[in-house]
Amino acid sequence: MDWTLLTVQFLNGLQLGILLFLLASGLTLIFGIMDVVNLAHGSLYMAGAFLCATFTQWFDSFFLGLLAALPAVAIIGLLVERIVIRRLYQRDHLDHVLATFGLILAFDALTQMIWGPDGQVIPLPAWLDGQVMLTADIVLPTYRLAIITTGLLVAVGLFVLVTQTRLGMRIRAGATNRTMISALGINIGMLFSIVFGIGAVLAGLAGMMIAPITEASIGMGNQIIIVAFVVIVIGGIGSIKGAFIAAILVGLIDTMGRSYLDALFKLFMSVQNAETSAPAISAMLIYILMAVILAVRPTGLFGPRGH
Amino acid sequence: MSLPTLTLRGFVTVLMLVALALVPQLVELTGNAFLIDLATRCVILAIAAVSLNLILGYGRMISFGHAAYLGIGAYAVGIPVYYEIYNGYLHILVAMAVSAVFALATGLVCLRTRGVNFIMITMAFAQMVFFTFVSMEEYGGDDGLVIEVRSEFSRFINLEDATVLYYVCFASLLVVLYLVKRIVNSRFGMVIRGTRGNELRMQSLGFDTFRYKLICYVIAGTICGFAGALLGNFTNFISPEMMDWTRSGELIFMVVLGGAGSLFGPVLGVSVFLLLEEFLSGLWLYWQLVFGIFLILVVLFANGGIDSWLSGRSRRSHDS
Amino acid sequence: MTAKALLSIVNLHKSFGGVAATKQVSLDIVKGEIHAIIGPNGAGKTTLVSQLAGVLLPDSGRILFQGNDITRMPAHRRPHLGIARSFQITSIILDMTVLENVLLAVQAKAGHSYRFWANSGDDASLVEPAMASLEQVGLQNQAMQMAGPLSHGEHRQLEMAMVLATNPVLILLDEPTAGMGQEDSTRMVRTLQALKGSRTIILVEHDMNTVFTLADRITVLVEGQVIATADPDAIRSNPRVRQAYLGEELDSIPSEPHAEDSMTKSPPAC
Ligand SMILES: Nc1ncnc2c1ncn2[C@@H]1O[C@H](COP(=O)(O)OP(=O)(O)OP(=O)(O)O)[C@@H](O)[C@H]1O
Ligand SMILES: [Mg+2]
Repeated sequence: MDWTLLTVQFLNGLQLGILLFLLASGLTLIFGIMDVVNLAHGSLYMAGAFLCATFTQWFDSFFLGLLAALPAVAIIGLLVERIVIRRLYQRDHLDHVLATFGLILAFDALTQMIWGPDGQVIPLPAWLDGQVMLTADIVLPTYRLAIITTGLLVAVGLFVLVTQTRLGMRIRAGATNRTMISALGINIGMLFSIVFGIGAVLAGLAGMMIAPITEASIGMGNQIIIVAFVVIVIGGIGSIKGAFIAAILVGLIDTMGRSYLDALFKLFMSVQNAETSAPAISAMLIYILMAVILAVRPTGLFGPRGH
Repeated sequence: MSLPTLTLRGFVTVLMLVALALVPQLVELTGNAFLIDLATRCVILAIAAVSLNLILGYGRMISFGHAAYLGIGAYAVGIPVYYEIYNGYLHILVAMAVSAVFALATGLVCLRTRGVNFIMITMAFAQMVFFTFVSMEEYGGDDGLVIEVRSEFSRFINLEDATVLYYVCFASLLVVLYLVKRIVNSRFGMVIRGTRGNELRMQSLGFDTFRYKLICYVIAGTICGFAGALLGNFTNFISPEMMDWTRSGELIFMVVLGGAGSLFGPVLGVSVFLLLEEFLSGLWLYWQLVFGIFLILVVLFANGGIDSWLSGRSRRSHDS
Repeated sequence: MTAKALLSIVNLHKSFGGVAATKQVSLDIVKGEIHAIIGPNGAGKTTLVSQLAGVLLPDSGRILFQGNDITRMPAHRRPHLGIARSFQITSIILDMTVLENVLLAVQAKAGHSYRFWANSGDDASLVEPAMASLEQVGLQNQAMQMAGPLSHGEHRQLEMAMVLATNPVLILLDEPTAGMGQEDSTRMVRTLQALKGSRTIILVEHDMNTVFTLADRITVLVEGQVIATADPDAIRSNPRVRQAYLGEELDSIPSEPHAEDSMTKSPPAC
């Protein structure tokens, strides 16, 4: 067994899981509280990446660029909530899916209008660009470790926010029992805006952190948003804890599957069969996981029981 | 219903069908060969949309993975042709059979879930098909595969001729429309519509709603698989991109634009969608911006789609 | 269990997260009787009906219908044995016509519905019995109207027509007059009276006037427990019942019946 490779892959999986968590936590709150399916959440992820690219150029610093891009994404999120999402609260899921699908088209076109069709590269500062030596033969890229650390810190912050503060109590009340927020006499419009804003910032942050690795590109949110939905469905809609566990699970399974499934398959099938089937199966693994979990628990791991 | 008075809705339906029937003549008159391409695509997607409407409109099963069947159908033509098997009947048979089996297997899982979980799991299964074909390097993987020769039927049905291909697709649409019309008014269709309205009630009347929904789901998938076989023939090309989730989203939009739960609505929806796409994309590089906004406006303000506008009814108020 | 029992409930128990809503309930329903189940709000009446209908599964105990154990039979199979129910909160298909609603009920009883071709609305073998049921509840003139916009009373009547259209042996009625005005409510009582003897009915009802007009026997449920089952006179004079539940209410009978509106009651907390 190649321990270096295993460690690197494990960290890659963790990193994917963290990014997924940043996307999924907002998504699951928005869905849990407002009952809105927001496909355009991936557009905020993309917006974060592009804004960060531009601001990084302006300030000539990735760190400052990131700091400036965060409020910018929050503003975009609040505008989207005000202009479109707010009108969808009383509608059914079908309308949510369609309207936010329209938002995706509009966002992709708008981004292309502003930044052109090509991807935007974000250069990393030297102190993030290096590698960390763990042992003599396990060497890890600093930036990946930074992503994971930041993500974990944000996760902890989110847990504190949700479990320890008054706002968090309201959010939890809303996510587990929607009728309760109105019963508690909370300003719903305000709460919804705040939650949507938080979701936007988290999604944007995920986009900003991945962009230096993959660069910011048009439609970059359209694949990962589907995986984020898989995460919240597996975790159970409305549950932050579920989103976290499912995100890490999905991140690890997806990454490890892609690198080790063929080796696993070779144990019990011919090399040729293993090499043809492993890539297909590994790409499907998370969807298989979701199907299995939903077949056993139709509301996901931590979803509300009953209906 | 006894007097066949011509309503606006009926008028548009007839007009539309006549117009579609005369497309090849129009092409001959104007010499605009591109028109027949657009019309063929329109008719094929209309079949897919009508099939989606059967579950989405009549059964309120919001499937976000319907484009998978288009892909399955197209690959059911592309893969045999790759091995020099040209028999069209076989292609169609394989397309429909594989679609039916896929719908049955996935429906068994999907239909146990409700609400957004149903939307997401149908999408997940479509993604699984997507990635399966991406990983099949033999058939072009990501890049897709050119279909060198179209399905062969008989001497009289030569799909290489654009007009013949068009009429085959158009006739198929008519058959499918008639089929769906019979189904939704049959006892089976009543059960499906009743289940959309109040599933618990239907169960307490004695209907095993799960099974009825499952059969409906399989019928819809099978019809769409057939549309996929036509699509493969039409485009002469298969690629996983045909079943990207955004394709499924477009199909849903076409149905809702035309009017979910009305027989002819999806045909109108597809036509307007494609014409608008054609028109806008010729006009402006960033046309998708306008298109996206249009989509949002339709959802926010056009309850019940084109059909309800034609028939002067707004969408039933309880469809909250 | 008596030999004549159409339905036997034996030691039925159901709790929701520690709170018992049905406590060791045993009850025999005799063929042909109207058996009223009364009790204060939250006594577990709806919960009991739901278990009989198969929507809820009991934790323990058994339900025997015509001698067969149906405790765990899925809800959708029970109507085929001849068990039909109405819901406390009206449950009809709002976006269909009145006739179509009842057609579905007839269809449910007319063998399988895996028929994909013939138009069900033209099928006399469906339409005629459906119209007959509508006449039974006095809704025949509204047959072609959409069900949604009808009045609350008409919704209740339609619900009853759907129950009757399945030609049931045993009817479970959960507050059929709930929220009805005086006139509709009288009509409903008349409809039920006409069924007396030909069907077996379990009637959950808050309105004591209706109960004492219709019931052959009455079971009193309090906090999930049966505290008495007897004929109306015995219930009236049962000291435990008077103490636990009926008290003043009984004394007011047969004076002015109070219209109890169960629609305004708050839903059970979960
Ligand atoms: N699905 C459920 N989950 C949890 N508790 C429930 C549920 N359904 C009922 N209960 C509880 O069980 C008890 C009995 O409720 P039930 O609805 O059966 O009463 P009821 O006699 O029909 O009352 P009412 O006269 O108000 O209709 C109540 O305490 C209620 O809160
Ligand atoms: Mg009740």
